[in-house]
Amino acid sequence: MSALLEVRNLKVGYGKIIAVKDVSITVNQGEIVTLIGSNGAGKSTTLRTISGLLKPKSGEIFFEGNRIDGKEGHDVVKLGICQSPEGRRIFPRMTVSENLDLGAFLRNDKDGVEADRERVLELFPRLRERINQRAGTMSGGEQQMLAVSRALMGAPKLLMLDEPSMGLAPVLVDMIFETITKIRDQGITILLIEQNAAAALDVADRAYVLESGTVKISGKASDLAKDDAVTKAYLGG
Amino acid sequence: MEVSGASLVGLLLIIWLGVNLIKAPTQFAQVSVLGLRNGLLYALIALGYTLVYGIIELINFAHGDLFMLGALFSSYFITIWFHQKESNLAGWITFGFALIGSMLFCGTINVLIERFAYRRLRRAPKLAPLITAVGMSFLLQFIGIKWNGSTPRQWPTVIPHGDFVVAGVIISQVTLILILVAAPLLSVLTYVVNKTKRGKAMRATAQDQDAARLMGINVNKTISFTFAIGGALAGAAGLLYQQSVGTTNYNLGFQLGLIAFTSAVLGGIGNLNGAVLGALLIGVVQGLNDGLPIALGQRWSQTVVFTILILILVIKPAGLLGKVTTEKV
Ligand SMILES: Nc1ncnc2c1ncn2[C@@H]1O[C@H](COP(=O)(O)OP(=O)(O)OP(=O)(O)O)[C@@H](O)[C@H]1O
Ligand SMILES: [Mg+2]
Repeated sequence: MSALLEVRNLKVGYGKIIAVKDVSITVNQGEIVTLIGSNGAGKSTTLRTISGLLKPKSGEIFFEGNRIDGKEGHDVVKLGICQSPEGRRIFPRMTVSENLDLGAFLRNDKDGVEADRERVLELFPRLRERINQRAGTMSGGEQQMLAVSRALMGAPKLLMLDEPSMGLAPVLVDMIFETITKIRDQGITILLIEQNAAAALDVADRAYVLESGTVKISGKASDLAKDDAVTKAYLGG
Repeated sequence: MEVSGASLVGLLLIIWLGVNLIKAPTQFAQVSVLGLRNGLLYALIALGYTLVYGIIELINFAHGDLFMLGALFSSYFITIWFHQKESNLAGWITFGFALIGSMLFCGTINVLIERFAYRRLRRAPKLAPLITAVGMSFLLQFIGIKWNGSTPRQWPTVIPHGDFVVAGVIISQVTLILILVAAPLLSVLTYVVNKTKRGKAMRATAQDQDAARLMGINVNKTISFTFAIGGALAGAAGLLYQQSVGTTNYNLGFQLGLIAFTSAVLGGIGNLNGAVLGALLIGVVQGLNDGLPIALGQRWSQTVVFTILILILVIKPAGLLGKVTTEKV
């Protein structure tokens, strides 16, 4: 297996606050890798840095073998890294349809975009019903579906999802995790952040546990799900 | 209570207009035409305020002064650099090039202002860029004083100043030229913002910069582009003003800028159609008040405009076309 994404000794801060102290993670082609950890552990910061929204203080990020830290956000998307960010961040005053179009902003393959649009609307039929509704007026769950769909519209090689099950009803949570597996089966590699650690470990191949900006534990997801320390801290057991 | 107050004011307005219309219909049409012509000029400037506010939520106080520099540039371009003093073919061609020149000139200055002053303050508290904009306004006025001198300057104009008479209403050729220049500019702007990829990027950036970046949008470039368009429109307005009025002064931007900004607020700041609507409305109201037989007259022009602004904002705080969006967080 080849590493699609490799993060080495990443250190990131907001001004004087160091949010990520030392994080190294690897995501291989075709995997679902999950990043779990308590609030404020530095998960979202790590994702934002990979996406080029934040510049690391030190450390390196490689994608398909090329160094990408220091690249601008819009250039990172060009490489095939798309993110559904924490808090959804859909464009509230635009319609569902326009939001999906923006997901495909950099693409010129009209047929491919059309096919992907069809594909995400198949994954989330609810969005098809709401296609001309202003995104900001949809329910939280619907907005979450839109955020994931919008990221998929970029035809990513690596899809990063920051808490996609946040605020969803239990039925929808199951549905989102099923969908994540489906997306992976379509050949897209996934880096997943989740509060719902049990469900995340269930769908993931490998997992990293973050604590105060450092990787505390890492390994096969199925092993971590049985690990005593992990169970105690994150699975409520 | 509010509504009844509003309808009372509305009723008074209608009575005032009605009486004037019956008493002097031709004059009514005449001052409306004049008002619309001024409104068109305000619209070109108002759009610059609203575009910039829409994308980075900054009230660009320097925008009116940019318009003033456009007027000065046009004066120098036509009269001093190309020696055109009369309305003939050479003059009209020079006018055409002055339009392009002034748009490029003001567009570039606006982009530079954003690049070197506002950009580094993008994550600073809102007050910092606001004060910087005020400072920028003084800086541009200072350039204006150095360039124009501190007293009004009279210029020869190269556009025809004749009149047409349609059903007793005088429509000047200047009015037609203003329409001929402004209308295509407004249509192109609408097209760019609503139909092109650049426009989509502008709208996305306006709503959420980081999310726009995650779509692959170059946010800095998009903001620069917005300043370029706003500046270019101010440049066009500068030329049109200078050529229709024939006078320039360093503080021109303050007077017209204030009215244009008011137009943008009246229409709903951030809303392009709103800025045009607000500008035309203010132009017409001014025209009616200044020119109708029964009215307060020119001395009260500003008072009337601002009274109407306040009344409309009390009734509709977001402006005529501004929407208070209900967004789920
Ligand atoms: N914009 C910011 N400015 C300052 N500090 C920040 C900012 N964003 C995050 N932080 C801090 O950085 C640390 C890591 O935040 P981050 O959002 O990465 O955590 P997280 O693991 O995603 O947490 P959660 O599970 O709550 O989403 C936190 O202590 C947070 O307070
Ligand atoms: Mg987070």
